[in-house]
Amino acid sequence: MNSNTDLKAQLIADFKDAEGKMNGEAKSPIHLVRQQALQTFDQLGFPTIKHEEWKYSNVKNLVSQSFAFNAPSDFSAADVEQMAIPNLDGNILYFINGVYNESLSTIVSPTDEVVILPLAEAIKSHADVIEKYFNQYADSADNAFTAVNTAFAKNGVFIYVPEKKVVEQPIILRFIADARETNVAAQPRNLIVAGKRAEVKVAEAFRSFGENVSFTNAVTEVYVAEEANVHYYKVQNETDQSYNIGTTAVYQEGRSVFTANTVTANGGFVRNNLNIKIDGEYAEANMFGLYIPNGKQHVDNHTAVDHAKPNSNSNELYKGILKDKSTGVFNGKIYVRQDAQKTNAFQSCKNVLISNDATMNTKPQLEIWADDVKCSHGTTTGQLNDDALFYMQARGISKDSARALLMLAFAQEVIDKMEIPAIKEYLEGLIVEKIYQA
Amino acid sequence: MLKINNLQAKIGEKEILKGINLEVKAGEVHAIMGPNGSGKSTLASVLAGREDYEVTGGSVDFFGKDLLDLAPEERAAEGIFLAFQYPVEIPGVSTTNFLKTAVNEIRKYRGEEPLDAVQFLKMFKQKMSYVNIDQSLLNRALNEGFSGGEKKRNEIFQMAVLEPKLAILDETDSGLDIDALRIVAEGVNKLKSPDNATIVVTHYQRLLDYIVPDYVHVLYKGRIVKSGTKELALELEERGYDWIKAEVDAAEVSA
Ligand SMILES: Nc1ncnc2c1ncn2[C@@H]1O[C@H](COP(=O)(O)OP(=O)(O)OP(=O)(O)O)[C@@H](O)[C@H]1O
Ligand SMILES: [Mg+2]
Repeated sequence: MNSNTDLKAQLIADFKDAEGKMNGEAKSPIHLVRQQALQTFDQLGFPTIKHEEWKYSNVKNLVSQSFAFNAPSDFSAADVEQMAIPNLDGNILYFINGVYNESLSTIVSPTDEVVILPLAEAIKSHADVIEKYFNQYADSADNAFTAVNTAFAKNGVFIYVPEKKVVEQPIILRFIADARETNVAAQPRNLIVAGKRAEVKVAEAFRSFGENVSFTNAVTEVYVAEEANVHYYKVQNETDQSYNIGTTAVYQEGRSVFTANTVTANGGFVRNNLNIKIDGEYAEANMFGLYIPNGKQHVDNHTAVDHAKPNSNSNELYKGILKDKSTGVFNGKIYVRQDAQKTNAFQSCKNVLISNDATMNTKPQLEIWADDVKCSHGTTTGQLNDDALFYMQARGISKDSARALLMLAFAQEVIDKMEIPAIKEYLEGLIVEKIYQA
Repeated sequence: MLKINNLQAKIGEKEILKGINLEVKAGEVHAIMGPNGSGKSTLASVLAGREDYEVTGGSVDFFGKDLLDLAPEERAAEGIFLAFQYPVEIPGVSTTNFLKTAVNEIRKYRGEEPLDAVQFLKMFKQKMSYVNIDQSLLNRALNEGFSGGEKKRNEIFQMAVLEPKLAILDETDSGLDIDALRIVAEGVNKLKSPDNATIVVTHYQRLLDYIVPDYVHVLYKGRIVKSGTKELALELEERGYDWIKAEVDAAEVSA
């Protein structure tokens, strides 16, 4: 499995090179974490399809290419205008090719409500919090992408919501890959810490443009303290030449609520890992997802929820509409530990194949050690209902409109879970556009 | 308006319609009766354009146009309406939204301007009174979880909105309680005019007490084997189908 690739060699060389230029920081605790992660990455190498978790998602074409990491870009305020999400108010942070761009960004929330800082700054200014939570939840042991992200952890955001603070305005992280000049890559690393009873909404919105290949390997860790409530969105709208691979690792304490909405409107190759550990009682985790690949796009969602304590609930609904020759993967793991009696865990993944050439691979995996639990899971993959289509046509609705209406109705259930109105509208627009595309 | 000539259709290898002849003129009401499985719904579906059925012979002329050449949505725009025996549940799409889309697509086909929200509101309100249907029902996903009677009432509401030239009602009376039957039948009668026509598929005389047919046809084994006036329906109510079946089967043997 220890495949040596161009990209791997490049990354290891880059790491050594950057290390050589460091002075004091090379000995800091966080750099030791990075060094260890690099070792893990070196040992693992990028996964091949022989790896069970990567069976349907082949990164061979990705790892044989080279990329400019954190490449400079002349992305400007005028470009921001072009890519803005209409009517969106709140904290909007721009990361261009991975690098935070302060002049394009707006932070509106008061600092006593929430601390929003580039990770590199927070490593210095909030060393205690970083040490406590950084790299505690994202596991590099069997994931080369997480390992290499950790090895290069520097760019990204640090969000810290103190106890009892309710962050009124959402925090939107816009990761923009500018691939107009060359192949570009970025490895954002985010840490979100929500204190006791804190509430916050955070969205990661990925966008790429240009003809060259872009590769984004994002890792986000989220700590949700007792009774805290975190809404997390991952929105992907990238080109067909883009690779977007990432992990969101969540740790929940008792009576906390965490909700993830993962929506892939576009992207050549997408792999989203969402791992949630519920380590307290009466907590609730919600995982909603929607993907609409067309052409040769590939979208892979791997989710895992680990119930470690009794009396908690998890709720999962993923929906996919697959057109043309697109491919999709859903792998949903539910663990219920022996201690976690009275767990309720529900999982559902529903897919509609619009073309005969589209494929969907689904795999629910339940591992339950407790005996007094309620768990259910179901996956369906089908076509649009012919009877419904005929019924609509018989009322004068053209076949194309009828199909679009049915698809939109199918997707609506997930869209309706969105709680940031501007993001919801933005996605609705993208989805309608995509659905009506021939 | 409608001329069906020697229409034959099959599904898979199974021949279902074996030569239907029927002419419907503006202002007329035709009742089609016949035993279960004789092909009544198939005829309705073929007229509405269901692709599962393969038309193997014959022709259908609708106002001078070859109906069989048109897509289902084009037939609807030309003025054909089928009230389904089993209305389909469409999750996630409300009746109002569905009908707005339908009305405006039909208007587009006819080269008319789309209606706006206010015009829809006014029109829906008026048409709702025809069949005594409740707004809350129309806000729900189309037919999803509707009772049998609600589904049928909703079909007639849609008919009222779309104002077809030819309405084909496939067992719209089944599943209706006595009051609902009367309301639905009155709705159909209100929509009647000298310019449109109705084909009523039914098993029961009680509907024909309200919607009085000009002609009654009996469909059996894929053919119209007997036609008459409204008295034929009364006779069928009394005597059942056995005597007709016997006549037809005897003719088959001697042929
Ligand atoms: N999709 C299909 N596949 C196979 N056979 C079919 C199909 N649709 C109809 N048939 C058959 O064609 C015949 C006629 O069916 P149809 O539904 O037209 O009867 P009907 O006269 O409407 O009966 P009913 O009074 O019970 O509604 C039946 O034998 C039926 O089983
Ligand atoms: Mg029938």
